[in-house]
Amino acid sequence: MTNVHRDIQRFTPLQRTLHWLMAVCILAMLFIGVGMASSVAPEYLTLVNIHKPLGIAILILALIRLAVRLRYGAPALPVDLPEPMKLAAYLSHYVLYALMIVMPLIGWAMLSAAEYPVVLWPGVWLPQILPLNPSLHTALWNAHFYLAFLFFALILMHLAAALFHALIRRDGVFDSMGPALTHDEVAPAE
Amino acid sequence: MLIAAVVAFAAAAFAYTAGLFSPERLTPQKLVDGFTGPSGPPLGHRRNHAKGICFTGVFESNGAGSELSRAQVFAKGQYPVVGRFNLGTPNPNADDAKERVRGLGLMISTPDGQEWRMAMIDPPFFPVSTPEAFHALQLASASKEPDAMAKFAQAHPEFAAFGAWAGSAPWTGSYAEERYNSLNSFIFTDNSGNDHAVRWSLAPAAQPVAVPPDELAKRGPDFLEKEIAERIKSGPLRWAMLLTVANPGDQTADPSKAWPQDRRSVEVGSLIVHEIEAERDGPCRDINFDPTVVPNGIRTSDDPFPAARSSAYRVSYDRRTAEEKDYPRTATGSNQ
Repeated sequence: MTNVHRDIQRFTPLQRTLHWLMAVCILAMLFIGVGMASSVAPEYLTLVNIHKPLGIAILILALIRLAVRLRYGAPALPVDLPEPMKLAAYLSHYVLYALMIVMPLIGWAMLSAAEYPVVLWPGVWLPQILPLNPSLHTALWNAHFYLAFLFFALILMHLAAALFHALIRRDGVFDSMGPALTHDEVAPAE
Repeated sequence: MLIAAVVAFAAAAFAYTAGLFSPERLTPQKLVDGFTGPSGPPLGHRRNHAKGICFTGVFESNGAGSELSRAQVFAKGQYPVVGRFNLGTPNPNADDAKERVRGLGLMISTPDGQEWRMAMIDPPFFPVSTPEAFHALQLASASKEPDAMAKFAQAHPEFAAFGAWAGSAPWTGSYAEERYNSLNSFIFTDNSGNDHAVRWSLAPAAQPVAVPPDELAKRGPDFLEKEIAERIKSGPLRWAMLLTVANPGDQTADPSKAWPQDRRSVEVGSLIVHEIEAERDGPCRDINFDPTVVPNGIRTSDDPFPAARSSAYRVSYDRRTAEEKDYPRTATGSNQ
């Protein structure tokens, strides 16, 4: 892993592990978010109590992932991929990385601006990163709300594009991040 | 095609989780909307218990509560509080003499960085057993059907006790003479890890004096706020905090049913109010007295209300903070 060249075909095992781990975390996070926002059942508290530590876990994983990405890079896209698709791939990845890092920070700041304690688990909490401020709370609330839907929409696009690469173009882009550990061309059971 | 199907399925699952296909789901938005009368919501104000006045002071713990919970708030000492006296009404301009339910919101901060928030009311039990029944009560109260309330009372027999309380309990002329009750049960965990189901009350040091409602009506629409602001000038106001401990087997899920009178009661300290401040520029205005904000050593029980209240309070908070321009502070830069 120390001597990676630009002609690599796949992401490193560490990158693949981070990707799939975070995929599960982020999808869970988004579903928990919309679920808790529409519930008054006792599960509401359970969901809130997962949402906060999971968000912080995603923030930490995203920062690690960004560092790993900067260190190891990514396999080049296929040369025959049309330019607009390449552009979409680059842009959507910038936005995905940004959201992975910014969403937890907005949530943390939003709670701080409302003076809610940011409790990760009983007896463990984070410091307030903003003073009590209703208009700031509202701005952050709106950002958290609308960016969550943007995030989910981007993930759906990302999923569609991944399947497009895997099933239609069969160009190795999916396999570069695919869970299969060997390099054979077995399509993953999706 | 397969890709479209996968994406559509994921989107549908998301919408389902958000409640888009479950119009019957009781949401916090429905509970909060249920407080809104025909004149619309009170912009910038809490959606219920909308009329109130801030106070600050201390909770002086005598140490006796440490036997029941390891939370620092029960260790002997003085801890700062921010609170709010309020009326159980969605109208911020309500007539004090007409509102049957009086409440107290409280936030106690301890040096370990933890907080205990609560919102208590003066009836000795809650009107209904479940959040769903509470929403049914909201709908029945707002209904134009002449027999809506009768039907509701029939379907929710527990409501009769509240009606009896509202009709017969004496009124007082002061927030300082009220006993405020948690009603909801919480689980306290002691240093040995043992759990205790607890409800609690704040019992006034001031002697309650019964005043007939028609007498109160002559005192003006804001007499409670004027009275408490006047009373504080002659010294701090006190309440004893009493924890009531359930016997094994006592139900904890239904706040409409009080526990028997003989349950063990432990006096754990005093709420001492030093200052009263108008809500508009006061320190309580932008605080959500969410009863699920509890220190380590207290947690929710099988009582479904704290979760429902937390969820609904949050929606109320999100809405009113977004309407700050409709209820602006008058003092510049005063935020706390």
